[in-house]
Amino acid sequence: MDLDAVPQEGNATLDGHSKLMYARDAQGRVVATTSRGWEAEEIVTSHAVDLCAAQAEAAKARVQAGLASPLEYWMYSRRMDVALLSQTSGFWQWRVRRHLQPRHFAALSPAQLARYGDALGLPVTTLQGLP
Amino acid sequence: MNFQHQQAAHCESGVISSLMRHHGAPMTEAMALGLSSALSFAYLPFIKLSGLPLISYRMPPKAIIKGLLAPMAARFRFETFRSAEAGQRRLDALLAQGCLVGLQTSVYWLPYFPPNMRFHFNAHNLLVYGKDGNDYLISDPVFEEPVRCASEDLARARFARGVLAPKGLMYYPQAVGRKAVDAASVTKAIRKTVRGMLAPIPIVGVRGMRTLAGRLQRLAPADPRSVDFIGHLVRMQEEIGTGGAGFRFIYAAFLQEAAQLLDRPQLLQMSQRLIAIGDDWRAFALKAARMVKGREPVDPAALADRLRAQARQEEDFFRDLKAAVA
Repeated sequence: MDLDAVPQEGNATLDGHSKLMYARDAQGRVVATTSRGWEAEEIVTSHAVDLCAAQAEAAKARVQAGLASPLEYWMYSRRMDVALLSQTSGFWQWRVRRHLQPRHFAALSPAQLARYGDALGLPVTTLQGLP
Repeated sequence: MNFQHQQAAHCESGVISSLMRHHGAPMTEAMALGLSSALSFAYLPFIKLSGLPLISYRMPPKAIIKGLLAPMAARFRFETFRSAEAGQRRLDALLAQGCLVGLQTSVYWLPYFPPNMRFHFNAHNLLVYGKDGNDYLISDPVFEEPVRCASEDLARARFARGVLAPKGLMYYPQAVGRKAVDAASVTKAIRKTVRGMLAPIPIVGVRGMRTLAGRLQRLAPADPRSVDFIGHLVRMQEEIGTGGAGFRFIYAAFLQEAAQLLDRPQLLQMSQRLIAIGDDWRAFALKAARMVKGREPVDPAALADRLRAQARQEEDFFRDLKAAVA
């Protein structure tokens, strides 16, 4: 890529920051320069962010309908999934999946709730409700 | 501490080249990447990130740091911890001694990252050069300026769990034996990169690209999960640590340095060829991103064809690179 082709598109996902990139100058040397963002990166990052947000929204609706526990909402809002929440909380995946059901979530002990709170970086009281 | 922050394209090569410079061994980011033979390609379908396969355009985390130890005759100390408290105590003690310390962290728990960039990726690298009250003074190589981070947040980022959990990993040099890069290690590093890229293993190097192309070919264009897969592919390429094209451009810069160091002008031509290959990676990423956005019809087979073309180009390139340093 040549220096004048380095994209400066001001990506929303970069939040005003610039990235360092390497590009070719007029003499053919590769030099460091900064880029304020590129369309392709913005598209895929926003796509991934939107996917997480959509999962969280869907979970919220399910919680309000009484079909899921608030844990499902908080899991997605923290950009996690069952596999990751299992790794960070130390609960097996099948147990995490059970705790996404309101009935089993209600039966959690304070110590178990604290483990989820710790894994998600949230106080237990927040975990028990929706925002 | 008299420490000079410098922005880098990639976190690990940035951290290690900063550490080397701080210890009196002048080193560019490109040299760190090239000398540690960190350019690579791997498609690891059995490691999942949010249910999607790991695709990497470089060697696994810590490879750059470890790859530099022998050529620079350096000794590093690596420490991990059972508890966040112990990790923080040790970090504070080292900072009090005036040490510059490298850390592996999660990206998600670092509040200074733009919110849209915060994903659960555990192999980010940064340098800590001081502490002011409750805040750590951090030189994060992918940021323009030094940043600050509260100790609770940094502890969380250092002890995040999951894939590639850092376990509080910190590292710092105990001795750097060589202050300049020698020609023999550069040749050796180039040969090692060539070996990796042309390895007869179906998930690494150019053969890994072909396996991934086969996977792309099988995606159903109408399935929404295909779009997620394509988006993920581009994100792994361009966003996670500068990615595919970015690494090719850094390696092109390294080849120019190597041309001078080894006095082999043919490496300059190789560098120009690699820039062209990098441009094609970017064209591939842009096409894929446009499919994700719906500006072009989703056509996994067309992407697979482009990926095979990349594999072909890189195969020729690394064959010729091998000949150029023979």
